[in-house]
Amino acid sequence: MSFITSVATGSVRAGTSVMYATLGEVIAQRAGIINLGVEGCMLMGACAGFIVTAKTGSPYLGILAAMIAGALLASIHAFLVVTRGANQLASGLALMFLGLGLTSFFGRPYVDDQITPLKDYKIPFLGDLPFVGRFLFDHDPLTYAVVPLGVFLWWFVFKSRWGLYLRAVGESTEAAYAAGLNPVKIQYAAVMAGGALAGIGGAQISLAYAPTWVEGMTNGRGFIAVALVIFAMWNPLRAIAGALLFGGAVALQLQLQARGVAISPFLLDMTPYLLTLAVLVVWAQRGRDSFPAGLNKVFRGTG
Amino acid sequence: MQQMLPLSARSPGRIFLALIAILTMGLLAIACGGDDDDDAPAATTASGGSTTAGSTKPVTIGFLYVGSVDDGGYNQAAYQGQLAVEKLPNVKVVKAENVPESAEAERVMEQMIQQGATILFPTSFGHLDPALKVGEKHPEVTFLHQGGLKTGSNVGTYFGTSWEANYLAGIAAGRMSKTGKMGYVVAFPISQTLLNVNAFQLGAKSVNPAATTTVVFTASWCDPAKISEAVKNLKDQGVDVLNQHQDCPVAGIQAAEKAGMFSVGYHVDDSKFAPTGWITAAEWDWTKLFVQLVNDVRAGTYKVGQIRQSMKDGVVKLAPFGKNVPPAVQDEVSKAQAKVLSGELNIFAGPIKDQAGVEKIKAGEKPDPISLESTNWLVEGVTGKIPN
Repeated sequence: MSFITSVATGSVRAGTSVMYATLGEVIAQRAGIINLGVEGCMLMGACAGFIVTAKTGSPYLGILAAMIAGALLASIHAFLVVTRGANQLASGLALMFLGLGLTSFFGRPYVDDQITPLKDYKIPFLGDLPFVGRFLFDHDPLTYAVVPLGVFLWWFVFKSRWGLYLRAVGESTEAAYAAGLNPVKIQYAAVMAGGALAGIGGAQISLAYAPTWVEGMTNGRGFIAVALVIFAMWNPLRAIAGALLFGGAVALQLQLQARGVAISPFLLDMTPYLLTLAVLVVWAQRGRDSFPAGLNKVFRGTG
Repeated sequence: MQQMLPLSARSPGRIFLALIAILTMGLLAIACGGDDDDDAPAATTASGGSTTAGSTKPVTIGFLYVGSVDDGGYNQAAYQGQLAVEKLPNVKVVKAENVPESAEAERVMEQMIQQGATILFPTSFGHLDPALKVGEKHPEVTFLHQGGLKTGSNVGTYFGTSWEANYLAGIAAGRMSKTGKMGYVVAFPISQTLLNVNAFQLGAKSVNPAATTTVVFTASWCDPAKISEAVKNLKDQGVDVLNQHQDCPVAGIQAAEKAGMFSVGYHVDDSKFAPTGWITAAEWDWTKLFVQLVNDVRAGTYKVGQIRQSMKDGVVKLAPFGKNVPPAVQDEVSKAQAKVLSGELNIFAGPIKDQAGVEKIKAGEKPDPISLESTNWLVEGVTGKIPN
């Protein structure tokens, strides 16, 4: 197996869960809401997905449960920050701990359980091609779905009428309201959609990538997603690239180690944050075109 | 991120924030420390103690785990020891799971001491420094730390020579590997993990001189996704037998099974996750040692120090072989095991060279477990570097 194939394939495998979460957070932040609780939503998805799959034997019902669980947790954030006007950063962090606590508690009896995992489906013919076969055509359904989803979300955000509404709210809730939109509804929808996507991201780990449940099994991937949103400059296509870079860093580090090359796993674990810092440095000079102007602001009503 | 209103400008939000913070803390308490309540009934079993040891005073013992006690790994193994201690007369047990290796561990220990605990088992490697700190403040409490390399005036340590079992597993692995390439997915580079890797390689090499072991570090005690990615990368390098030093080896065992590799487990028997590829595991049995330690402390005969038990004490054993391990291989392992048990075979008897070919253990030397625990090198035949 060539070095490049191994790393490229690994980047897809390791990047998928983070890609879902990053796409979700792009949507939420496009509506002006920062959700630092992505980690909690991912855990909710991983845990609920695992439990439902263990109970029903169907990983697809598990995915559904993961979406619902992620969206429900995110809805608490939406309630706190949109309806109650709470501080977004603090509420997001509280959400992370809430997700960690809830899943540790309810997931407890399922640690060490075995489930029917989400299978890999090798696409006939294409899957046997050298290099691209393994890289692109031998994965689980959630991995296949994520890049088309990212492209769709790019179209949705930048080309569709709904995306225009979403961005309008993210730029200025007051102006959007004046234009006849309902910022509260749109922000709720965006935050919950973000939570649902983070939930799927978590489920991709617990149902396909590493079909098991242990507390805190997402290990900070939710925070990486938040960092990657900045790297992606709120663009779903760049989010795909960012998540693949993250996955590539993980795979590269492990592949180098497997080849006996001296490389510090501690160092490469910082890659996503270094990428984000690099973007922030460049971005500061290039102006703030892509930054949703109304980020961290909510609609405070008309009185 | 401009325009963050000060909290005081939004009093309803502030109240809600406080509410959610309280709610969160409450849930965390349920998840982490709240298990104490569940264990309260366990204390009642102690009442029947008068039959065996009427003289023993009631004692409260605290157990701290870095993960969950049914993780199919490290913590589950130690928990079996706790269950044995709970059966002792006049013993009340409190436990806390998911205790991080940080100041949080100090807080949990203080809390247990307030609940009356006079013996504490901080069971994770990184619980040692917090235990030493709390130990200074509470000279009346005895701390029994799992695997620690340092002691305090009232902080002793215990561990077992798991490497003996990994040497034996290495023999089976060396025989069963078709490529002669073994992989070892390790959490952190500390002496205990390096010893296991070294022993495994030495075992494999004893039956297949060409055998190599590739080591990969994940820099986390339990990151299932990373472990499974590491397994896939090892597979790409032709590795066909996986061993692990992780707190939660299940994901790795499953990934190996899916990739058609053989698996050696760690801590507990996880054979159900690899019906085809399971070889065996270095398994812990802490029950006897924990009970003995508790009895010694209660009787006042415990002396703070570093206790290291070996396979012949029963603290480490080999899990049952998988169904695809040929009888001839099982025989070979059993014979080697008999030699280890009789003391005839010291697996780290010199001469042993490191990766650079430097003789680290001289011919004729038979290092004891304590001196082995300063190991910071990998033996010849191991591929991979120790990260600084």
